Amino acid sequence: MSLAVVVAAALFVGVIAYALFGGADFGAGFYDLTAGGSARGAELRTLVDHSIGPVWEANHVWLIYVLVTWWTAFPESFAAAMSTLILPMLLALLGIVLRGASFAFRKYAATLGQARVFGVVFAISSVITPFFFGTVAGAIASGRVPATGRGDLWTSWINPTSIFGGVIAVGTCAVLAGTFLCADARRAGQDRLTEELRRRTLAVAVVTGAVVFAALVPLEQDAPTLATGLQGRAAPLVAVSAIGGVATVVLIATRRFATARLTAVVAVASVVSGWGVGQYPWLLVDEVTITEAAGAPATLRALLVAAGLAALLVLPALGYLYKLTQSESWSR
Amino acid sequence: MIDPALTLLSLADAVPAGVQGLANADPAGLLPARQQMALSLGWHIILACFGVAFPAMIFAMHLIGIRRNDPDALLLARKWAKVSAVLFAIGAVSGTVLSFEMGLLWPGLMGTYGDVLGLPFAFEGLAFFVEAIFLGIYLYGWDRMPPKQHLMMVLPMAITGVVGTFCVIAVNAWMNAPVGFDLVDGEVTNVDPWAVLLNPDAFWQFLHMWVAAYMVAGFTIASVYAVGMLRGRRDRAHRLGFTLAFAFASGSAVVQPVVGHLLGSRIAETQPAKLAAFELATETESPSPLRLGGILVDGEVRWSIDIPYLGSLIARNSFSKPVEGLASFPVEDRPPVNITHLAFQSMVGIGTLLAVAAVVFWVARWRGRDLLERRWFLRFASLAGVLAILAMEAGWIATEVGRQPWIVYGLMRTPEAAGENSGLWWLLGATAAVYAAMTAGAVIVLRSMARRWRSGEVDLPSPYGPQAQRPHEGVRR
Repeated sequence: MSLAVVVAAALFVGVIAYALFGGADFGAGFYDLTAGGSARGAELRTLVDHSIGPVWEANHVWLIYVLVTWWTAFPESFAAAMSTLILPMLLALLGIVLRGASFAFRKYAATLGQARVFGVVFAISSVITPFFFGTVAGAIASGRVPATGRGDLWTSWINPTSIFGGVIAVGTCAVLAGTFLCADARRAGQDRLTEELRRRTLAVAVVTGAVVFAALVPLEQDAPTLATGLQGRAAPLVAVSAIGGVATVVLIATRRFATARLTAVVAVASVVSGWGVGQYPWLLVDEVTITEAAGAPATLRALLVAAGLAALLVLPALGYLYKLTQSESWSR
Repeated sequence: MIDPALTLLSLADAVPAGVQGLANADPAGLLPARQQMALSLGWHIILACFGVAFPAMIFAMHLIGIRRNDPDALLLARKWAKVSAVLFAIGAVSGTVLSFEMGLLWPGLMGTYGDVLGLPFAFEGLAFFVEAIFLGIYLYGWDRMPPKQHLMMVLPMAITGVVGTFCVIAVNAWMNAPVGFDLVDGEVTNVDPWAVLLNPDAFWQFLHMWVAAYMVAGFTIASVYAVGMLRGRRDRAHRLGFTLAFAFASGSAVVQPVVGHLLGSRIAETQPAKLAAFELATETESPSPLRLGGILVDGEVRWSIDIPYLGSLIARNSFSKPVEGLASFPVEDRPPVNITHLAFQSMVGIGTLLAVAAVVFWVARWRGRDLLERRWFLRFASLAGVLAILAMEAGWIATEVGRQPWIVYGLMRTPEAAGENSGLWWLLGATAAVYAAMTAGAVIVLRSMARRWRSGEVDLPSPYGPQAQRPHEGVRR
């Protein structure tokens, strides 16, 4: 494996981590949005607040990691993607800004009226942000981002692969969030809420699973390079995601939420990895490969040092944060 | 907030460049990209100051609370932590905006030099990661962790704030004095990213910004308590909150002129045109005067007060060495002079005023006179936060506008870095609207928090409780 591919793998680890942990935070917005009126939804919204409050900023940094690694290691492809995909990138960015700000504002809002305004903004932006990131993934995977010059501003991300990418992103975020929230609600002893979340998570999981596999059909036409990869090199990952998805549904149905978190993570991680492995060795599909796109070797080596330091410093700290937030005493 | 003022200022900067650009056919994305960068960076930098400096102040307050078993200090630390949660959230998202903008606004810079300047950003990301993790632990750790262990959770935040500042500033210092690569036939080769991270100009520039962050956060927090005392809220907590924040701010304000001077004395070598603009030096004079105020009209300096020798003394540490005048540089290599000069002198003037105020306060206190009993001092102190912010923004305007027309000094002109996207004007409009809304939201929420604290509430409960709250749980934090 060349240096460039190792760095691309490190970059993609960041994409997966963002999809899983950042995704679970965004997904919580889906349940917040559909929680009902302020009295009926109060319990759920408080759970959402409590559940993602301590972790969302840390999880968000995976995105920064991805962006920085991308522009440092593969600078021209970064500039190319930002240029063609300016609209979905900006819409996702708008979602990020509104989500973060309104989430913090809602927590300390003085009145229910203010909290509702901030809450609506938080919930809607939580749902749209993964959608636009999904369309970005679809644009890259279907070869619509030219390496030089600018692709079409609209059709580059409004096309079958991008739309499926967006819907799958929203769905996987919601599945992850639902599973985590079920476990959190159970741990806090909120039985009624747990049951309500369980039903909705099951529905979302079944729909998302169906969409993921339905998407394989239009991909044949719309993103042939990716489709070939998914049927070849990435086929085992597709199989793992299917098994993980089914296992998640079964575990949630039988109320084993703690274990369901693991299978949900496996299912989503393998869907995202399937995309990455499926389009290998392309960085921008059909346009530029990972090796061609790579910047200076000295920079790639330095980035690996940074990634190694991240593994040493960040991961233990992150583990500590998760351990605390998932502990009994922090659930009250 | 200061957004409109800043935008106006940067607009003023861009006008000459824009007019000049009509002849050179600047890319359509240049002017909106400049405004966008000025707005989003000028907004974010205020919050970044709190991200850098607030944790250390919270740590000090929390430590006092634990060591002296002081309930006022503990309560203040708890409140400051809640305020920091709001500020850090909008700081985190406005920082993300900047990450996107690097590629969206400056494709020429990122495409060409992305692999040269990227490494410091990677380390900054790392530092921010650790900061965000411990922020989560600290904020939610109140009453859930043993007090001493809980207090220790602030330390990583204070440290990573320093590291993060250094890394970001290293990139800016590199733009001022690029190193770590060779240009062979226009191609970037022999890239050494470590040389960028540890570039010789980074240290002093970092120190200048780091100290500025403590001034901004310290004076702003002190201002809040000064306003409270002016309105008659003279309890011990107000005095404690003021004194601790003002102490941090004072130390920084006194050190800052020295740091600024040491940083400035490098400019004669690294960026002589910027120095000429700072000093409003049209011709090379030996010795150079210090030119207070004044603007350049049709190539003539008007309305300035010149103090002989002082220009050479301050800028060059010498009675005779000249400040190289603007006439030494081709017209197309000169920065917009007036805005650079006025911004620079505003920064120096306000910074000096704040340093003097700090010295006066502590000397008076040492001699047994408490200026907190004097309304004139409280009135001044209640403005100190705004003044510190203005000084910092002026400093950024001075250094950024002073680097023009270069984005990478001597190598890449700003128009070369911009794209052809005239649609960026829409982005600028949308950004202004979103940031205005975010500012309004933050002001509303922070004021409501203060109001509820004044009325005696301690833990601010979730707005979704308790009327429809979990029945078994009782009162929620």
